[in-house]
Amino acid sequence: MKIAIIQFGGSNCDLDVLHVLQDVVGVDAELVWYKEEDLSQYDGAVIPGGFSYGDYLRAGAIAARTPIMDAIKKMASEGKPIMGICNGFQVLTESGLLDGALMTNKYPKFRCETTYLKVENTDTPFTSKFKKGEIVKIPIAHMEGNFYADKDTLARLNDNGQIVFKYSDKNGNVTDNVNPNGSQENIAGIIDPNRNVIGLMPHPERASEAILGSEDGIRMFQSMVDYIAKK
Amino acid sequence: MQYHAEVTIELKSGMLDPEGTTIKRALEHLGYQTESVATAKKYMIELDAESADSAKQMVDEMCQKLIANPIIHNYTIELGESK
Repeated sequence: MKIAIIQFGGSNCDLDVLHVLQDVVGVDAELVWYKEEDLSQYDGAVIPGGFSYGDYLRAGAIAARTPIMDAIKKMASEGKPIMGICNGFQVLTESGLLDGALMTNKYPKFRCETTYLKVENTDTPFTSKFKKGEIVKIPIAHMEGNFYADKDTLARLNDNGQIVFKYSDKNGNVTDNVNPNGSQENIAGIIDPNRNVIGLMPHPERASEAILGSEDGIRMFQSMVDYIAKK
Repeated sequence: MQYHAEVTIELKSGMLDPEGTTIKRALEHLGYQTESVATAKKYMIELDAESADSAKQMVDEMCQKLIANPIIHNYTIELGESK
């Protein structure tokens, strides 16, 4: 089993994800530069956070149109698990693999802080090691995380159980007060209709070791590895 | 023939525009009352094409594929011959 970590110019959480996968989860993973067009040797992929191409045009817009994204789309169509974190989530919405768009935060400020998330769906390759309704602690660090989708899309996301994480307080109350960016319905992470492509603004790789203050994030990577092993 | 296109990208109406809202508030501090302030981005593109129609079609494709995000944006294209 081998997982690809996609590197664009301006990715900056790539090495953190590599460390977590290799040293904490203990799975084979490697960095793959965006010019690669063939990802067939990999069983899954992570698109890490950062500021690909300086967030020029729109966050994730340029990265979404690089050659490697055709290979990512091929992986997605084969049912392989793909996780986009923060800028990776923006890349996935810009590429059309996930619904909606990530707009500038309601209060246009870079928010870098711990957030609590409510796990809305555990029937995914990335959340099987969580309990439904569980509250997890995973930090955010972004200025364009305000999730927007039109009314019909939002209804479809709800009806299909595609909303995976919502911002909540530590008791699980999903309110405006704990919405860090103005996202519709406090959405922090969604999955595609086929349930193998997830995007989320919070950084699970920054919550994967006790020394970092939370180990909740590690279970996303463990769920992903488990899913690949069972396939 | 060389053409000059000006592409204006705006947020769809009713969408949150935090930059516009912030500028509106700053104008109030200076004593200017406004109904609303909205931001837009403009791209100036020079291109070669066989006709104005084909130039416009190319720029329209550029907007749909990259420059605009159809989920959140409207765009307009103004085309003229390059000077």
